[in-house]
Amino acid sequence: MNKSSIRIGAGASYAGDRIEPAAHLAEHGSLDYLVFETLAERTIALANVEKFKNPQLGYNAMLEDRFLACLKFCSTQGVKVITNMGAANPEGALKKTVQLIHDLNLKPTKVAAVVGDDVLEYCKANLHRLKIMETGLPLSSLKGEIVSANAYLGADHMVEALEQGADIVITGRCADCSLFLAPMIYEFKWSQNDWNLLGQGQVCADMLECGANVSGGFFADPGYKDVPDLGNLGYPYIDIKPNGDCVISKVEGTGGVISPATCAEQMIYEIHDPSHYITPDVVVDFTGVELNQVGPDQVQITGGQGKERPDHLKVSIGIKEGWIGEAEITYAGLGCLARARLAEEVVRRRIEISGLQLQELRVDYIGLNSLHADASLVNPQEPYEVRVRFACRSADKSNAQKLANEVETLVGKGPCASSLPRIQVREVLAIYSALVPRDDIKVHIVYEETH
Amino acid sequence: MQFYLRELAHARAGDKGDTCNIGVIAYQSRFYDLILKQVTPERVREHFKSLVKGEIRRYELPKVHAINLVMDNALGGGVTRSLSLDPHGKSYSALLLAMPIEVDEDNSQILLAMGRKPLP
Repeated sequence: MNKSSIRIGAGASYAGDRIEPAAHLAEHGSLDYLVFETLAERTIALANVEKFKNPQLGYNAMLEDRFLACLKFCSTQGVKVITNMGAANPEGALKKTVQLIHDLNLKPTKVAAVVGDDVLEYCKANLHRLKIMETGLPLSSLKGEIVSANAYLGADHMVEALEQGADIVITGRCADCSLFLAPMIYEFKWSQNDWNLLGQGQVCADMLECGANVSGGFFADPGYKDVPDLGNLGYPYIDIKPNGDCVISKVEGTGGVISPATCAEQMIYEIHDPSHYITPDVVVDFTGVELNQVGPDQVQITGGQGKERPDHLKVSIGIKEGWIGEAEITYAGLGCLARARLAEEVVRRRIEISGLQLQELRVDYIGLNSLHADASLVNPQEPYEVRVRFACRSADKSNAQKLANEVETLVGKGPCASSLPRIQVREVLAIYSALVPRDDIKVHIVYEETH
Repeated sequence: MQFYLRELAHARAGDKGDTCNIGVIAYQSRFYDLILKQVTPERVREHFKSLVKGEIRRYELPKVHAINLVMDNALGGGVTRSLSLDPHGKSYSALLLAMPIEVDEDNSQILLAMGRKPLP
């Protein structure tokens, strides 16, 4: 018989997320499912680079600590775990997880890894046919080495793993929301073409996919939006019924707040046309969603709808695209701004004399305009101190390094009275997107059971 | 009377590639009309100056009295390539909330009673 309601918790929303609130949620949340979402656009490309260096790695670096803190509660309480901590290496993550289950002496557990989101070879074989979404040009137009290509898989494979009895499902790249939708489809036997029900499910999943961003994280603005005990944010969970009725909440006694305002911010975060938000599982329509406070830190979510899922899946492609050099230096005291501006003049002159080959140069005055450039509000008073930041992009490492070195020589050869500069040179791992026919992506699931 | 948008609404910005979106939600439904009439793509372009180089589209979510502003070519070439200290544009919500809004007499009285200050 189907359950009348399930509770799904969010234990992470990025690779380096806090662990102790997730463990608290696992212990005290009376959950049915705990989901760890840890992949941003670039995370998986970085993970692929790591796997290239060491084939046993390439999964989330905090998987071990996260599972050591949480799995004992999940195991004793029968909470199933779904996560994309597999990143570039779901099978490596599976092996590590099985070892941890043995080490922790947990009851027999079935672990599944969803494999097949890595479509690098497919993309390399179709460089001329596949188009880059951002530019409309074929992949072959990209200059630089392609290091990764990962498709955003949907909930279907995770549902299959749950149907096969998996207690822990580990994936690589998949749509964030799909991690939360999978248990709904599995538990309530939702038809995978009941678009309105899937749409409502995905709206509820969307509320959880950024973790504590719905429970008061990245929300506080003193005097306008106050959040109690922000330092002890509780991570959220939803209670959802087979018909899609849903209430979002968090464990009593934790910090943070859940209100229609926090939910609305989270709902609109990173969507474009709210009537047509494309996921691998359903095209979501948010325009009919209503958010109602039904208790302290409890919001009811209704009115999500959906349309048929797309035939193509988005693929995220990572490419090495040159280098970035950065250097920052601070001037303080009377006349600091004039000295900072002179520093810029000197560095520009040095670039000219040394013949540096830069693709782009950016100069920011931290404290004045570093985040919003010419759109910044003008402060009529001169600041007491100002930090100048130089950033450049170049095709090779050498020119990026030289720019940083030129800034370094400001101490001794530039205007007077500055701090020592801090410099950094790093490789650019740029991300582009392409669409690949769903049927061309071959996925399989690997299982392992502990005894 | 003019007030900053911050007195009427809250906002959060998100990113996808080189596209930034900002959800703007009225604190009270009575402010929603002011936002619809004044926070137009044209005004947003003017307010963001050189930051937004592409198209600006606006979508409405009346049930939660919100709009979603979607701005193309707004993140310095994309999160992964940008030279900005804020490549995700997460601070763009704060910039938007610094937009001046002309507020009618009734709503001005409500804001003043809440202790909100108009622009000088």
